[in-house]
Amino acid sequence: MSEAEIILKAEDIHKSFGAVEVLKGISLEARQGDVISILGSSGSGKSTFLRCLNFLETPTSGKVTIHGEEIQVRDGKPLNARHIETVRSRLGMVFQQFNLWSHRTALENVMEGPVQVKGTPKAAARAAAEALLERVGLKDRMDMYPSQLSGGQQQRVAIARALAMEPDAILFDEPTSALDPELVGEVLKVMQSLAAEGRTMIVVTHEMAFARDVSSEVVFLHQGRIAERGAPEQMFTNPQTEVFQRFIATVK
Amino acid sequence: MFELLSYGDAGWGDEILAGLAITMQLAVVTLPMGLLIGFVAAFASMSRHAGLRAVGYGYTTIMRGLPEILTLFVVYNGVGLLLNKLAAWWNPGGTNIEFSPFAAGVTALAMVFGAFAGEVLRGAFQSLDEGQMEAGRAIGMSPRKIFFRIRLPQVWRFALPGLGNLWINMLKDTALVSIIALDDLMRMTKVAVGVTKQPFTFYLLACLIYWALCLLSEVVLAYMERRANRGIRRV
Repeated sequence: MSEAEIILKAEDIHKSFGAVEVLKGISLEARQGDVISILGSSGSGKSTFLRCLNFLETPTSGKVTIHGEEIQVRDGKPLNARHIETVRSRLGMVFQQFNLWSHRTALENVMEGPVQVKGTPKAAARAAAEALLERVGLKDRMDMYPSQLSGGQQQRVAIARALAMEPDAILFDEPTSALDPELVGEVLKVMQSLAAEGRTMIVVTHEMAFARDVSSEVVFLHQGRIAERGAPEQMFTNPQTEVFQRFIATVK
Repeated sequence: MFELLSYGDAGWGDEILAGLAITMQLAVVTLPMGLLIGFVAAFASMSRHAGLRAVGYGYTTIMRGLPEILTLFVVYNGVGLLLNKLAAWWNPGGTNIEFSPFAAGVTALAMVFGAFAGEVLRGAFQSLDEGQMEAGRAIGMSPRKIFFRIRLPQVWRFALPGLGNLWINMLKDTALVSIIALDDLMRMTKVAVGVTKQPFTFYLLACLIYWALCLLSEVVLAYMERRANRGIRRV
């Protein structure tokens, strides 16, 4: 592992829904520039774990530290809940269903966070948003509403919206799973370029090629535990556990 | 016939217009009060606290089950009495409080409007896509920001058709206040009919005026719906 600064640290995250324990103690550490792919079959708890990192789901217990801001959870209660909004504003999130605000244009979607949360002046936020939309190849669509954009375009706007907050790390929750196959490539390309410029990313995905070629670490979840983790080339060529062997055999 | 409708002593034009003004004042004052009651009722029935939920549901259920005219009588007679009792208890020997027919009319209409609007708004809030709010939380928005920047603008889209219906209903229900001696369009029409013995002319005129108000409302509502639906694909 690199010796870069630790951006995000999750320690012993547990999560139960009623009597069902979905996460049974997961720890993870992301350093500056890490791209961590989280794999697992459905029900393995991978999306729940990602959502615990920015407290869209409150863990039952555990600790999340983002850039020194530490939130400890005991018995489903965050001990310093007022930091949660600060932590969230430092973590970008890209959703499976895009979740662009349907009543705002692409440009307004990207400007909303900086203006409303960080208090950036409108003109500056607008200039930054235009640059970000240009970067994801959508400057010419910036005045369109989400419903006028394809799924791939919406997801690229959503990535621009996350970037606009200048986050320390970006969480991707199955960003290509809701897309038509022919639209997956354009989103992956943007994500690849983010990885290449050293962004810290945690990606829950079913895209094996992305996990293998782009990520710096692969984490495989099985029944709420980390069954296997390591460097992608080693994991994909020489899987250590039977469950991961079976998993890569079925998704290939 | 035109002398009958002329403006001035000979005709009824000025009286009818004055009635129309009262009708519109009633409706315009009732709307914000009714919406306020509606929001409160909607939030109460969506509350996490069982007690508040019971209050919210209880209010909408009871109010929607009462004939409007009964609500009006209860408010006009009952609330006036209550106010005077309270005043007498607070300041014995004080002057009598006058609960005006206008205030009674607005209160009763707003209570009814609010009960129905509460249901419309609750349905609208529950139709919102939770992902929209999640995107707000994920970016670090406070609950207050999420409400005003995401929930509220999106809720109109679902609530406007229902609220528009209620507005038109309420506009027509204002005619009920003529019963408690408020000189609205309906009452002035009845007075004109009584004096001139020309029921057909004046009732037809009243019909046309109410109908024109509704038509105008529908035009405005259609415009508002188009605005609220900006960027939403028609399916």
